[in-house]
Amino acid sequence: MKKKDFILIGVIVALALVLLICVKLTQKEGACVVVKIDGIEVATYSLNVNGTYTLNGGTNVLIIKDGFAYLSEANCPDHLCVKQGKISKTGQVITCLPNKLTVTVYGAEKNDVDLIS
Amino acid sequence: MKTSKMTFLGLFTAVAMILSFVETLLPPLTSALPGIKMGLPNIAIMFILYRIGWKEATVVSIVRVILVSLLFGSVISMAYSLAGAILSLSIMTLMQKLTSFNHVSISVVGGVCHNIGQILVAWAVTSTAQIVYYLPVLLISGSAAGILVGLAAGMLEKRVPKIKF
Repeated sequence: MKKKDFILIGVIVALALVLLICVKLTQKEGACVVVKIDGIEVATYSLNVNGTYTLNGGTNVLIIKDGFAYLSEANCPDHLCVKQGKISKTGQVITCLPNKLTVTVYGAEKNDVDLIS
Repeated sequence: MKTSKMTFLGLFTAVAMILSFVETLLPPLTSALPGIKMGLPNIAIMFILYRIGWKEATVVSIVRVILVSLLFGSVISMAYSLAGAILSLSIMTLMQKLTSFNHVSISVVGGVCHNIGQILVAWAVTSTAQIVYYLPVLLISGSAAGILVGLAAGMLEKRVPKIKF
């Protein structure tokens, strides 16, 4: 290991830590979650209303409870989306790559969408 | 292509595949983040990159991803892995040819690029830009894994006698 190898790795890790802190600091309590399938927005649910929603014709089940959203069921083999756990902060996202499905938390500025759905 | 070289590449494709399989047996560091992996196959890929060349390393890497996706993963996961593998190998090749960084640095950058490639494909497939929020954590885990893989690749390079083709 030479000096410049340490510097390079140090810079990468430092950059990642700075990005991580920026992400954490800018996160706020979310107001709603947006469900996208295949890149197209299909539904918006308020985080303040508890409920169970079947997504994508039954491939995934979304549960909203006490301000947290999580996927409770999935038909994919690895169930990574279920293991990703609960989300509630703006920008947090649950991804189900096999079904090309994402659940993303948005803040209060997306409230108008809430009213329509 | 000489038979000896073909055999060598076949052998290392098998080694890379076995390392991929071993990787799936390791307990996940955290279940909350998909995509955190050791990147063990990169030991074999880096060895070929140093000993034979980038073209051969690319072929072995792509064959490895296709076979492993068919055996243990899914066709969809192939796209993510391929994007990661190609981006990672391109950058590692440039670093190996143009700079004097050692195995560990190249492996760390390779690991990080693998993560970036996967995130970009995931972003494109789901059109959810928020997926990039995964990146900082993936960069940290990728660096840690890259250091270990780089050390292993460096040791292998030092200890395995040079073969003439």
